[in-house]
Amino acid sequence: MRYLYYPGCSSEATGKAYDISTRALMGKLGVELVELDDWNCCGATSYFSVRELDSFAIAARNLAIAEQQGDEDLCVICNACYTTLAKTNRYMADSPEVFEAVNGALGAVDRSYSGQKPVRHIMDVLINDIGLEALGEKVTHRLTGLKVACYYGCQYSRPMGAFDDTEFPVTMDQFFQALGAETVDFPGRVKCCGGMMMLTKEQGALRLCQELLKGAQDAGADVIVCACPLCEMNVEGYQPRVNKTFGTNFDIPVMYFTQLAGLAFGADPKQLAIDKQIVSCDRVVAAIPA
Amino acid sequence: MTELATTSEALALHKQFCEDVMSMPGGEKIKICQQCGTCTGSCPTSYLMDWGPREIIAAFRAGMIDRVVKSNTIWLCTSCYSCTVRCPAGIKITDLMYELKRLAIKYDLAPKDGKAPAMTKYFVDSVHKHGRNHEVELMTKFMLTKDWGLPFKFAGTGLKLFTAGRLPLFAKNIKGKDELDKISAYLDAQEAKAQ
Repeated sequence: MRYLYYPGCSSEATGKAYDISTRALMGKLGVELVELDDWNCCGATSYFSVRELDSFAIAARNLAIAEQQGDEDLCVICNACYTTLAKTNRYMADSPEVFEAVNGALGAVDRSYSGQKPVRHIMDVLINDIGLEALGEKVTHRLTGLKVACYYGCQYSRPMGAFDDTEFPVTMDQFFQALGAETVDFPGRVKCCGGMMMLTKEQGALRLCQELLKGAQDAGADVIVCACPLCEMNVEGYQPRVNKTFGTNFDIPVMYFTQLAGLAFGADPKQLAIDKQIVSCDRVVAAIPA
Repeated sequence: MTELATTSEALALHKQFCEDVMSMPGGEKIKICQQCGTCTGSCPTSYLMDWGPREIIAAFRAGMIDRVVKSNTIWLCTSCYSCTVRCPAGIKITDLMYELKRLAIKYDLAPKDGKAPAMTKYFVDSVHKHGRNHEVELMTKFMLTKDWGLPFKFAGTGLKLFTAGRLPLFAKNIKGKDELDKISAYLDAQEAKAQ
């Protein structure tokens, strides 16, 4: 099994652990990831506010390169990158004007794009290409007894809804259940962390994070798992700020879902960059049977 | 912030905004908004907004461009897409918010002290410079111009992130970074031609 792989900008900085643990996890599962050549930023949400077509065109540069590089699907880890790239495909398919404008812009740099490269979220690949049954069979360290709050975040299934429901996604819960964990009924599963608002309107974002953390704590979660670097940064990195602002004392480990899954498939905590987390995950690691 | 001094100016701007919004894929659907308020009810940040998304759509259709661009609403949209997936009229409200942000910046109507417009600009600048977003550069620029207090508020976590290697100081440039400028220049030229 082989995929082209788009790590995204956060994977070079605050979200490094997501990239490192993805490579380790997929290695354990025998999936080959070939990094996309000279990829650029997907444009995230900021580019849409500059000009919608700029956003589609710079996202499409990546897709044009992917098309040239190989026939494999493009696997993406960050929710926001996934949505931006997949949305580009959808708008190019829905609107001949967008298709033409994007290809005009790509033509200015001697590129072109058919609009056809499948963009796949890593969870989509895990659940639908490998499959829950096969995943369950490959587990070497079952996550028995571990209570996991699956935090899907906004752009996991919104607005695309390509591989899971937009209102009540379940794939991440199914994935961790297959790995032997108990997934808690986490009310914040698709609620917003505040995203970039953490820098531009801190109090507002902190309140959203406080609600998320309280939801996970009330549900009895041992750990929150994320599929987006911005969710992870806000819910983990800002726990001290949340505590200071609201007089709470949250101390909840937050991991990329690939880090926790990597442990279940026998990867070493170091290989999964678990030491890069701000809130110590030692309790989680210790709870997994050797 | 620019004041919309005369009615004719406001009318011209409204016409321009309408044309822009209608030219977006699915933009014409704003005409069939039935003001049900599902967007505002679904919005995680509506509690902070001067006017909720439903009211922004109403104000926009009524030609009250001042209210639309001077409210904090468009800058508080976090792109969670809850409204978009729930709107019974199929209005892509998140895309509409993007478009209104863009128009506010283009016509110099965004609040000058606004942190969110600055963040947007610095993000795009960083990507055009390197081909990728360099988070440390983005945050440093933002701190220096918009939020001097940030390093103090964030000191403890910042240090931990730094020691964990999660805040690399130097940006890597991609080989094809000039392509992004060329792509934007092409689209600028096309837009100028259309007007």
